[in-house]
Amino acid sequence: MADERDNSALMDSAVDPGPDKVIGSGFDMGSATDKIAGVVYRPFLKTPKQMFIGFAVAFALVNLFLVAVTFLFYKGVGVWGIVIPIAWGFAIVNFVWWIGIGHAGTLISAILLLLKQDWRTSINRFSEAMTLFAVACAGMFPILHLGRPWLAYWLLPYPNQMWLWPQPRSPLIWDVFAVSTYATVSFIFWFTGLIPDFATMRDKRPNTVAGRIYGMLAMGWRGSARHWARYQKTYLLLAGLSTPLVVSVHSVVSFDFSVAILPGWHTTIFPPYFVAGAIYSGFAMVLSLAIPVRRWYHLEDLITMRHIEAMSKVMLGTGLIVAYGYAMEAFMAWYSVGTYERYAFYNRIFPQRGTYWWAYWLLILSNILIPQLLWSKRVRLNILAVFAISIVVNIGMWLERFVIVVTSLTRDFVPSSWGMYYPTFWDWATYFGTIGVFLALMFLFIRGIPAISIFETREVLHHEVAPSHAGD
Amino acid sequence: MLETRATGQVEIYGLMAEFDNPESLLAAAERAREAGYCEMDAYTPLPIEGLAEAIGFRRTLIEKIVFAAGLLGATGGFMLCWWMTVVAYPHIVAGRPLNSWPAYIPITFESMVLVSCIVAVIGMLMLNGLPQPYHPVFNVKEFERASRDRFFLCIEARDPRFHTDATREFLESLKPLEVMEVES
Repeated sequence: MADERDNSALMDSAVDPGPDKVIGSGFDMGSATDKIAGVVYRPFLKTPKQMFIGFAVAFALVNLFLVAVTFLFYKGVGVWGIVIPIAWGFAIVNFVWWIGIGHAGTLISAILLLLKQDWRTSINRFSEAMTLFAVACAGMFPILHLGRPWLAYWLLPYPNQMWLWPQPRSPLIWDVFAVSTYATVSFIFWFTGLIPDFATMRDKRPNTVAGRIYGMLAMGWRGSARHWARYQKTYLLLAGLSTPLVVSVHSVVSFDFSVAILPGWHTTIFPPYFVAGAIYSGFAMVLSLAIPVRRWYHLEDLITMRHIEAMSKVMLGTGLIVAYGYAMEAFMAWYSVGTYERYAFYNRIFPQRGTYWWAYWLLILSNILIPQLLWSKRVRLNILAVFAISIVVNIGMWLERFVIVVTSLTRDFVPSSWGMYYPTFWDWATYFGTIGVFLALMFLFIRGIPAISIFETREVLHHEVAPSHAGD
Repeated sequence: MLETRATGQVEIYGLMAEFDNPESLLAAAERAREAGYCEMDAYTPLPIEGLAEAIGFRRTLIEKIVFAAGLLGATGGFMLCWWMTVVAYPHIVAGRPLNSWPAYIPITFESMVLVSCIVAVIGMLMLNGLPQPYHPVFNVKEFERASRDRFFLCIEARDPRFHTDATREFLESLKPLEVMEVES
């Protein structure tokens, strides 16, 4: 055991160093290592009770999800509220929502790495895990929506006795490639970042079962300078490759809509507006998760107000891009003088025209108006306010996808084919079920894997003390 | 350990010096190179800028491998689309040509990213010789802290200039916390 000092004081309390520092004072490499590893290595019964309660709720929702999916497979997609013309109901709304949430993870780990943002470090591992689980939830929806989900592999190009091949001119097939690449690359990125930390976990408890498991995952990592050189180059390459990837994924998701000629979907603003919206909702989700977890585990000196404030600013910035997207949709409806385009827009906003106007105005309220509070530094430094706003944005972004998918489909060109969408219990059960799957996986991840990158925290400490060494 | 070595039973892998900060290790590695040692390695809990160069490591090679993989992935992705729509299942949609290449770009791009990321990580692990279940440095008790807060320099016995006593003396002169023998 590598000089395990008594760090119980360190584990049970933390002082937030305020919005100027990325790490609390009083840490050296050893104590920072112990603190982060201690979150995983603390005895099972000393897990914060909120974690038990949270996991119990999440696990109950996982079971609801299993029931909902079993019933869906037994009866077919008719158990959902989808009808013609609204064949893309909650399944696609949820798919886009989840995949958007995933985007913050890649943004934080890749783009902020390339931009050398120091506040990336404490939250990158956490948000990469979030990406992974969000993409897993997202990936389930198109398959559940297939009607015959056991034939999902038909989406992949493989030689078959029917001599049929997928259509690579269709955005739906681009989506298959984009989402599966995104899931794979997110996993690779996450795992690569974990290798040195698994070695730390192995060396802390070498002769325990957990230590052996971490040892296998660390694959014999020993921190050799040669290994670090290749490792860092690889990590940088992964970041460079993930950066355009994250932009491409949500662009491709937006093509699913914008390549169709449906009024309300057929817009060139969609790719940038979807990408910004994805990052917006992703940061909201990181905040919604990080704020409680840092409190339960007393991590305020590692995830500081600096992180919270920086994320609030990104949320505000991307929120404004999203607002521009909404404004542009309205402008194009007017400027195009397209009868159907205008009609689709009126249908969204006027109570006397459409039936879903409330969803549009709720979305404007929660995605544009309420987040403007973040302009105030006092609000950004108020942890409860930031938490509340992040929840509001999560709901708002879900409503955005609801408005795009459902409102556009209810009334297209011919009045005889208009229809209404009424979600059933099974729609909601599947949706909340995936929230349970997501949260349960997050709780297990925080308990079993260092949720903050340990070696990068050491790097932050090294850079912090470096100036004082220069004077020696 | 020393007794068995005296009877010639146990080969030693090298001599290891332990430091408590990266700057001393970096200085030590540079001194060791100046002294003519070439078979050595440094072990740190975090990447240290300039350390790989200090122990005489120049080329990582990984970027070339990833570039090749990216080209391969992009070509493969494009050719897959082309072959599906032109050769295997020619099917005219909306009067577009069979080889409607702009529509293949997303899949080409995704395949490029997918193949290069997988190859980058597998390549990095292979060049590093990982997974490696056994390595002599782990025989040193203090090495547990190489993944926490200590910094190690190991001069290996296969170095032509390696001599148990002279090298130990040299390492001692670098003012480490301790110098240890590494059993192989």
